[in-house]
Amino acid sequence: MPISRRNFMILGAVTATAFAMPPFISLKAYAASLEQPAMSKVTLQVNGKPQTLEVDTRTTLLDALREHLHLTGTKKGCDHGQCGACTVIADGRRINSCLTLAVMHDGSDVTTIEGLGMPDKLHPMQAAFIKHDGYQCGYCTPGQICSAVAVLKEIRDGIPSHVSPSLTEPPKLIAAELQERMSGNICRCGAYSNIIEAITEVAEVPA
Amino acid sequence: MRAFNYSRADSPAAAASQAAQVEGAKFIAGGTNLLDLMKLDIETPVHLIDINHLGLDQIEATPEGGLRIGALVRNTDLAADARVRKDYALLSRALLAGASGQLRNMATTAGNLLQRTRCPYFYDTHQACNKRNPGSGCAAIGGVTRQLGIIGVSDACIATHPSDMAIAMRALDAQIETVKPDGSTRSIAMADFHQLPGNTPHIETSLTPGEFITAVTLPAPVGGTHIYHKVRDRSSYAFALVSVGLILQKDGTGRVAVGGVAPKPWRVEAAEALLPKGAKAVSERLLEGATPTDDNQFKLTLVERTLASVLAQARETA
Repeated sequence: MPISRRNFMILGAVTATAFAMPPFISLKAYAASLEQPAMSKVTLQVNGKPQTLEVDTRTTLLDALREHLHLTGTKKGCDHGQCGACTVIADGRRINSCLTLAVMHDGSDVTTIEGLGMPDKLHPMQAAFIKHDGYQCGYCTPGQICSAVAVLKEIRDGIPSHVSPSLTEPPKLIAAELQERMSGNICRCGAYSNIIEAITEVAEVPA
Repeated sequence: MRAFNYSRADSPAAAASQAAQVEGAKFIAGGTNLLDLMKLDIETPVHLIDINHLGLDQIEATPEGGLRIGALVRNTDLAADARVRKDYALLSRALLAGASGQLRNMATTAGNLLQRTRCPYFYDTHQACNKRNPGSGCAAIGGVTRQLGIIGVSDACIATHPSDMAIAMRALDAQIETVKPDGSTRSIAMADFHQLPGNTPHIETSLTPGEFITAVTLPAPVGGTHIYHKVRDRSSYAFALVSVGLILQKDGTGRVAVGGVAPKPWRVEAAEALLPKGAKAVSERLLEGATPTDDNQFKLTLVERTLASVLAQARETA
């Protein structure tokens, strides 16, 4: 990751003294160097497009997507990893984009709801959510859909879940498995049963 | 969130050295707990050392017939590893009972061990908390304590360790491998890793400043029937009220570790010796000296009944 000049100078000082216990950089001295927020450059692939951003190190992946790249399909719900509204797929895996820093994703390949499909070319999971009415207000839906797409891959990859009866046999594509695996996506409107129907329909079509 | 500098470590020893030299520096791996706490100003590191690119994401067989799990192996990958599923099913089951799919994809093996308590008084910066602010008192004592600890707690802190994975690691006699800032390495038994609160609840592990976890090692498989049963307020994505990890051998002997009740995975070898006598004998010995509150004394009964259920299930499947 390219780092800012000031950041580099501080790190240089630290690295140069590695293994020599003193000098020790005190909290007070170090905090003084942070009167201005630390900035950092990050390059990542978002929905197939390379993007380079200069961000405050505090920027979460979620805020980078929404505020810097204006990909507002990914939602901020709780901002603490409890609701799943911010779910995106990073390097093939669903994650809470609110609990990871943008700078940790230098070189990552991120797919958001916009990358799965757009109104003129819907992803099958998006189409199924519409068909089965898998939402009311729609705020959790982008996270639900990103999560659901990744869940089907997890089952196909043989990753077990809490409700899998056996750890040695491949998990089955049944409602109980989908419910358990989708538990990190909260729907305040309670569209859960329709969400499971939508995912089930997509699951039944071989990938 | 407070401002911080960010860097990527080149090696575990360099990460340890760097952490020891900058007061208030922290390692970041999955970030699922640390960033949550940083947003709340409970953790306020001035420097984050990203350790995600150190190649510590492999699970290797050891010459002793066990497994060496890299510190950065994600919870999902550890739970899904074929060797873990076959020989250390308790570990797979405990991992799968924790958090959500998204979080397990991010959370790491070492990070899971180092996660902080979910005591609501620790999370609320307006409340007194000896863990968050040493010497400030404990608002949990006399407060709402249904989720909190019943044993191993002190007058200074009654928080529990929230990990499911750690319960399995304790029952499996895992060892934690570390490197210190001076480059020396050591191995810490799971039993000695988490510290009881006493008068210093802010000290949670036996790690020294800058000490970096490189791996968690499992001894050779012990066989037996492995069951992890987590009792919680909803059936998924919730912390345990009580959880029981059991390894039961055909001869009726075995191992028991319990979660949701203590500041560390709770295992008492003398209690395990009573397994042939049944759940009541084991849980009485296991929880001897417990100091529950009115709100959480139900956990005493819940441990016994959960253990009875798990023992019955193990005997059926054995």
